[in-house]
Amino acid sequence: MSTMTEPATPPTKTAEPLLSLRGVNKSFGAVQVLHDVDLDVFAGQVTALVGDNGAGKSTLIKGVAGIYPFDSGEVSFEGAEVHVHSPKQASALGIEVVYQDLALCDNLDVVHNMFLGREQTSGIVLNEASMEQRASQTLSGLSVRTLKSVRQLVASLSGGQRQTVAIAKAVLWNSKLVILDEPTAALGVAQTEQVLNLVRRLADNGLGVILISHNMNDVFQVADRIACLYLGRMAAQVRAADVTHAQVVELITAGRHGGASAAAAAGPATVEEGSA
Amino acid sequence: MSVETQTTDLPLDTGLPPSGLREAIHDYRQRLRGGDLGALPAVLGLVVLVIFFSALRRESFFTVFNFANLLQQGAMVIVIAMGLVFVLLLGEIDLAAGFTAGTSAAIMGVTLTQKGWAWPLAAVACLLTGTVVGLVIGTLVARLNIPSFVVTLSFFLGLQGIMLLVIGEGGTIPIRDETVLKIMNGNLSVAVGWVLFALIVGGYGLQTFLVRRRRLLGGLPAPSQSVWLAKLAMLTVLLLVATYFLSGERSRRPELVSIKGVPIIVPVILVLLVGLTFVLQRTAFGRHVYAVGGNAEAARRAGINVPGIRVACFMIGSTMAAMAGILFASKDASISPSTGGSSTLLYAVGAAVIGGTSLFGGRGKVRDAILGGLVVAVIANGLPLITEKSGIQYVVTGLVLLLAASVDALSRRRAAAAGRV
Repeated sequence: MSTMTEPATPPTKTAEPLLSLRGVNKSFGAVQVLHDVDLDVFAGQVTALVGDNGAGKSTLIKGVAGIYPFDSGEVSFEGAEVHVHSPKQASALGIEVVYQDLALCDNLDVVHNMFLGREQTSGIVLNEASMEQRASQTLSGLSVRTLKSVRQLVASLSGGQRQTVAIAKAVLWNSKLVILDEPTAALGVAQTEQVLNLVRRLADNGLGVILISHNMNDVFQVADRIACLYLGRMAAQVRAADVTHAQVVELITAGRHGGASAAAAAGPATVEEGSA
Repeated sequence: MSVETQTTDLPLDTGLPPSGLREAIHDYRQRLRGGDLGALPAVLGLVVLVIFFSALRRESFFTVFNFANLLQQGAMVIVIAMGLVFVLLLGEIDLAAGFTAGTSAAIMGVTLTQKGWAWPLAAVACLLTGTVVGLVIGTLVARLNIPSFVVTLSFFLGLQGIMLLVIGEGGTIPIRDETVLKIMNGNLSVAVGWVLFALIVGGYGLQTFLVRRRRLLGGLPAPSQSVWLAKLAMLTVLLLVATYFLSGERSRRPELVSIKGVPIIVPVILVLLVGLTFVLQRTAFGRHVYAVGGNAEAARRAGINVPGIRVACFMIGSTMAAMAGILFASKDASISPSTGGSSTLLYAVGAAVIGGTSLFGGRGKVRDAILGGLVVAVIANGLPLITEKSGIQYVVTGLVLLLAASVDALSRRRAAAAGRV
């Protein structure tokens, strides 16, 4: 249990979390979806957010993204307390979310999609050349080589390429925290590999990454830390290296894991307290 | 060393394969195969129809007089269709566009002839009428979420009634203002026609040259010089031939009345084409129109004011319809309750779709309205020379519209299979 009760060690230097939630609550009417949730996300790390359906993962990230503001609790970003009440505020802070349905326009090309709603103009005229340059730079900065041309229509891209575009769109704006909602859910093996490599590169480039996933293979492949929600409570925040596949599955399904002998009797609350 | 090796040593050329004429043609064929037909069906249709009618009625159809006439006959449909492109891009429809033209024209007739306003004021009143109609339609569609089909269908009926009330039962309002009449019936002098030709070719050449240079300087892939020159040459030859023939005497009885020069409506339509194309292709607003038509949810999440874009598109559509109203008034020299009625609207929708604008939204260009409008105009102009039965004209035009819609639907399916839109 010792590994569970200690907070996961942050990476060297950045001792302070990029995003930190303390005692966050959220209810929809009579249903309380999040109970006193704590979460720490460090820059340069991939934090996997796991949990069964209905555990509150979506609600948690929507709160961070400003879509459904939290009812109570503290949110700090880069060490300062913030109140995010709209997606625009989140973007201004440097928080970008890539939703599962990606929200790309098939009839526009890659550059147009990446700059949608935030087009660069000189006067009233769109500055296509500068947007194309910046899009190419961002993509090559992420070592994306799967795209033939940034002037391709998004409709002509494969699922993995679309995901890549959506992620590149999110990091285009000097964002600091990128939240990815099941980025590999609909992808084949090779494409999943591509996207996971990209996710890893985001963290290696110094961004904080929250990865929501149901796929344990994905989680263990890229995540530095794993945060597990169980019935609206944070069951555990652990280093990925300290737990096994089976332990995480048990955390997801039962809110605790029986692998550590001493903690067999420990309920979710104990674990949560320990990890906080 | 040869010049060739020197150029390949330039840093700009890395990753930019020189795309020659052959590659450009290859790319184009790939696009066609992928279901992105663009302007091809309309251009082919136009060529086939012109050859067909010319073969059957060489004396009456294939004359400069008739071609100039054809431009004027098609102008109203083209202008309405230009506005409809904006509405169709959203995946919406404006069934009231024809009577918006009629109602606006009626307002112009009343202010111009009955109230004695100066023509610019009357024209502004006419255009504003259209803008207001568009604002109301757009608001009902975008804010109350009533299907545009239903909203514009009720405007189709309602505006017909308003026209009758404005004009008076069975009455007509004559238009006598010289300037207004000239728009559709006058010609530019031969010299001005050539100046116009030089302006278009020069403007197009310069604009495309600057865009190309800017891309090259920025290290981005750009069309090769040969492709650029080929396009410019093609445009120049086409316009040269057109201007040359339109500058010649085309009156059937030159001793009585001389008709020569480019019709005034041509520069009017060109200005609209350039202006609206600029809005659609070069501004953030235009980009947002495509985004809303392609994926409204994505547009909303990108922070685009989706209802605002919808309302603006309906306003542009109806204002262009009002513009067509001015042309109706000018062409007929009068406004009657049937102005803008009968098949005007369907011809306009047909023009946009035949030109390549998708009924499903998200795909289309302003130039589609002109290409499609010319196809419709050629049919409307050529068929009466062959048969006197107006029934056949309706059937043929209906079939052409159906064909265009099928091409749209099929190319969309093909595009989906090939991963394009």
